[in-house]
Amino acid sequence: MLDYTFQYGQIWPHLPRLISGAVLSLELAVLSFCGGLVLGTAGAALVTFGGTWTRRAVQAYVTFFTNTPQLVQIYFLYFALPDMGIVLSSFAAVLLGMTLNAGAYLTEIQRAGFESRRQSEMEAAEVLGFSRWQQIRFVILPHVARVLFPPLSNQFILMTLGTSMAAVFGVEELTGQALNINATTFRSLEIFSVTALFYVAVTLVASALLGLIGSTVFRARMRWL
Amino acid sequence: MWRQIVQEAPSFFSYYNIVFVLQAALTTVALSAIGCILGVAFGGLLTLLRLTRGRLIAPLRWVGILYTELFRRIPFLVTLMLVFFAIQLSGLDLPLFVVAAVSVTLIASAFLAEIVRAGLESVHRNQWDAAAAMNFGLLDTVRHVVLPQAWRIILPPAFGFFVLFIKDTALASQIGVIELTFAGKVLNNKGFSAVLVFGTILVVYFLVSWPLARLGASLETRLAPSRHRRP
Repeated sequence: MLDYTFQYGQIWPHLPRLISGAVLSLELAVLSFCGGLVLGTAGAALVTFGGTWTRRAVQAYVTFFTNTPQLVQIYFLYFALPDMGIVLSSFAAVLLGMTLNAGAYLTEIQRAGFESRRQSEMEAAEVLGFSRWQQIRFVILPHVARVLFPPLSNQFILMTLGTSMAAVFGVEELTGQALNINATTFRSLEIFSVTALFYVAVTLVASALLGLIGSTVFRARMRWL
Repeated sequence: MWRQIVQEAPSFFSYYNIVFVLQAALTTVALSAIGCILGVAFGGLLTLLRLTRGRLIAPLRWVGILYTELFRRIPFLVTLMLVFFAIQLSGLDLPLFVVAAVSVTLIASAFLAEIVRAGLESVHRNQWDAAAAMNFGLLDTVRHVVLPQAWRIILPPAFGFFVLFIKDTALASQIGVIELTFAGKVLNNKGFSAVLVFGTILVVYFLVSWPLARLGASLETRLAPSRHRRP
């Protein structure tokens, strides 16, 4: 049925471009994950300790961003913000969109961790005269990190896969490079199957590293691979 | 900017545009629903395959495991491109909707296989042993003993995955399936302001996804505790 001869030979010369694309993908994932982690920690802290209105505001942010597609969010940032006089480069728009989106999901994940804090420990911290910030920094986060490390690393892997949508906006990460190479060589099946294997390899290495960090530093129970 | 939006609004919210966007929303939901229903079927098969013990179908079992592990690590956009070009090169003249539905099914099968497996494994080991003692085969055990207990655990995350994929199918706009995001691109190309168009599209996605997400959450709370209820 499939009358097609695979010619992987034609795409080997383009391998360095795929590798640089993979590096950019990881960069994008790490940057937006770190940004999202800051937003998520702040969001979880505000939901747990904030007043009624701050809580509602954060919940509105989380509900909106987790119920709309990341792609359309970035479309909005990329095409609609210029109307308001803010012009972002495609990389900046993608990074901002991914960060905002990650912030919403990570708030959701971390809120569960914040809720699992022990009351007696919080009281002990209060007796010792810890400020709210110190309670979060020295009591909640060290404990929560252990519980949250597995779901957070899972989210990181999902986000690494999510970076592929940056290609839609012309960012030359892994999928973007694949689209470029496809446009010059027309070996579509070869290039995209190799790209798929790149993603598998990148996420496998990331999972293994995260598993190593999780089980040694945080003593979290990790599911390997 | 606001003046432009107010000016455009009457012509933007015309009857034809509203019908166009609603049909696109229906396509989005259908894409995710079809993909996930087929995904449950294939995912269930993959799980069954993984539970078999026979030595003869061991290679098949390995292929199944490899499939679930691989396809959970490939981005939807790349799968979409692979399926798109594979179908194009094979000479089949299939509509783009089918291409997208096949891609969703491929990914959903891998993820749902894991969800189904987690559900089946949540049933106590004794139940499996008791079924084996009564000389039930694998299929009978799963159908008559395990699944009646496990579906409560499988359904909420599977439904959650369906809602998740309503958002992920936005990428199908890249191959030209006329779903919600593509409708937004079309309307934007017609000259309507991007704020108005993509703002509306975001709101429509929210209106589709949010009630379903709430339904999923209530499914979870309703099904979970009843596991411990006395008969």
